[in-house]
Amino acid sequence: MDRQASDAIIARIAGATEAVGRTIRIMEVCGTHTHAIGRGGLRAVLPKGIALISGPGCPVCVTSQRDVERMLLLADRGDVTVCTFGDMIRVPGVTTSLERRRANGADVRVVYSPTDALELAASRPEREVVFLGVGFETTAPGIAATVLQAQSRGIANYSVYACHKLIVPAMEAVLSEGSRIDGFLTPGHVSVIIGPEAYEALSQTHGIPCVATGFEPTDVLEGIAQLVEHVRDRRPGSFVQYRRAVRPGGNRRAWDTLMRVFAIADAEWRGLGNIPESGLAFRPEFAAYDAVTRFDLPEVAPVSLAGCRCGDVLKGAIEPQECPHFGRPCTPRNPLGPCMVSSEGSCAARYKYG
Amino acid sequence: MADEQIVMAHGGGGALTHELLTETILPALGSSSYRLPDAADLPGEAGLVFTTDAFVVKPLFFRGGDIGSLSVHGTVNDLAVSGAKPIALTMTLVLEEGLSLETVEAVTASAGAAARACGAPIVAGDTKVVARGEADELFITTAGVGRRVPELTLPGLRDGDRVLISGPIADHGIAVMSQREGIDFQTRVRSDSAPVWPLVEALVAAGIDVHAMRDPTRGGLAAVCAEFAEDYGLSITLHEEDIPVRPETAAACSILGLDPLTVANEGKLTAFVAAEDADRALAALRSAPGGEHAAVIGVVTARRTVPVTLRTRFGGQRLVEMPYGEDLPRIC
Repeated sequence: MDRQASDAIIARIAGATEAVGRTIRIMEVCGTHTHAIGRGGLRAVLPKGIALISGPGCPVCVTSQRDVERMLLLADRGDVTVCTFGDMIRVPGVTTSLERRRANGADVRVVYSPTDALELAASRPEREVVFLGVGFETTAPGIAATVLQAQSRGIANYSVYACHKLIVPAMEAVLSEGSRIDGFLTPGHVSVIIGPEAYEALSQTHGIPCVATGFEPTDVLEGIAQLVEHVRDRRPGSFVQYRRAVRPGGNRRAWDTLMRVFAIADAEWRGLGNIPESGLAFRPEFAAYDAVTRFDLPEVAPVSLAGCRCGDVLKGAIEPQECPHFGRPCTPRNPLGPCMVSSEGSCAARYKYG
Repeated sequence: MADEQIVMAHGGGGALTHELLTETILPALGSSSYRLPDAADLPGEAGLVFTTDAFVVKPLFFRGGDIGSLSVHGTVNDLAVSGAKPIALTMTLVLEEGLSLETVEAVTASAGAAARACGAPIVAGDTKVVARGEADELFITTAGVGRRVPELTLPGLRDGDRVLISGPIADHGIAVMSQREGIDFQTRVRSDSAPVWPLVEALVAAGIDVHAMRDPTRGGLAAVCAEFAEDYGLSITLHEEDIPVRPETAAACSILGLDPLTVANEGKLTAFVAAEDADRALAALRSAPGGEHAAVIGVVTARRTVPVTLRTRFGGQRLVEMPYGEDLPRIC
């Protein structure tokens, strides 16, 4: 898109914002949006009446500290190779991180796809390979597919530490925490899987429009323009900006794959606590692939990181810069909490891109 | 410090590398300098510049190059951006037990050819072998000597200078990364591994008073700009729409979640020149081999609160931070 076209969208946003006549609070639910907003420098081009608030959609950030500690326990086992998406590697535990465990000899590998972890397991049958399954409805079907493949190919040394989350219950939780939100930019890729209908009930109940939005900066600008116009017209509903990918009804095949391996279960979120039916647990028939049962991982008492206010940031209760630790001492190099680690974390995005 | 250890990010050429140097290595060496430059004048030998570099790239062979030619280009480029024409190199090989002779031959043949092409022969060297598992196939260290070109005084950045880049960025990091075990996705991106001396020579021939130069390797263009801005107490604004990035490289960066500004190059030149020299410098770069897609990509300003800013193609702006460094281990 050329500059003229993006300027036209920005003018639309400005017009609708003025018509509303007050600050419009928009939550970008997804960490990838947070990142795109930062990278595109979009805050600088939006009118003052638009407040962009980062939501609980950064997978690494919402992973509970208890899950982080249990992942570290896995890395400490000499018989396990831990495979993870890169963002997880520097998330601080109470005393250490996967990166530091790796420096001490733990076998921790960054992979770009769970398939890579499965193939590693297939090529080294003598060694246990555990994939750290974090993320939302986008990454979970691919991980479920590796479990089905492991089963059909008889790969017995592959398992998953699964702490996947579902996005809509988290949006409900944010609203029930009392965060005043005028509209949600909903995640494009999650919406590809679950379909735009998934937000309809929430939207109607709370009278808040949702727009499933793509990840190019121009997508984000267009999504914001549509949201602000719906707010101006007092029109709740679930809308789609990301039409080139999001289809009505979502991707049934991906969802069915997901539901063969996992069942909807309660989940613990950083900042938001335990949210009913907001996560995915292994179905009993796939227990052999569940790293928790396979390695009999102990329960870990609830722990929190000293001084870290990532939970408040994730709820939208404070802006990253309002955290007393933002920038000093908490930086991407020396993160006190996960929001400063992940490229999708709102603190890291603000610190990096301003 | 006793419980602190080396982590991969210490080798990334970003902020942690800087910290390791300034807080641990330089004080331990008893160095009076606050940094170890990529290349330095030989004490007492006017006009001679000396440099060294280690190469641990994995895989050894990648689209557009290999560890042999890379070990030559990395070192001659450090000399070139210091304003010195490469004269001669040394090469040290650390070989892992079990490595095939064919591999050793292919790597050294490539290094020899690259050195001859640069006019800087490999004149001395050493070979060591370690037991299987104590190194990963093959590591190389090269050192190089060059003669300073008197016209290149490189006085440093000035307010108002223009920033030039000799061609599309981020190809090397993406080429290596895309071939790495476990991340083997289809891409046509080739490493840009090449000597930058012809580009420097073209600037000299055009009579350009180059204020500063650097080859944006680890940490990419972002690290070069962050370092220069810090060193000279100035700010730099880059213009996103002017920065050349090949579409396939941009796509790969997007898939891998990388910012092309922070991805390594091995045959690019970043040059800072006065505004009135920018057009001539651009023409000189474009006339040199490898500089066909050179562009003016930014401007140096007096110090503002933010050292390096990117004007995005939508008219927005954002910070460009010194990369932390762990994104792409073993790319050079």
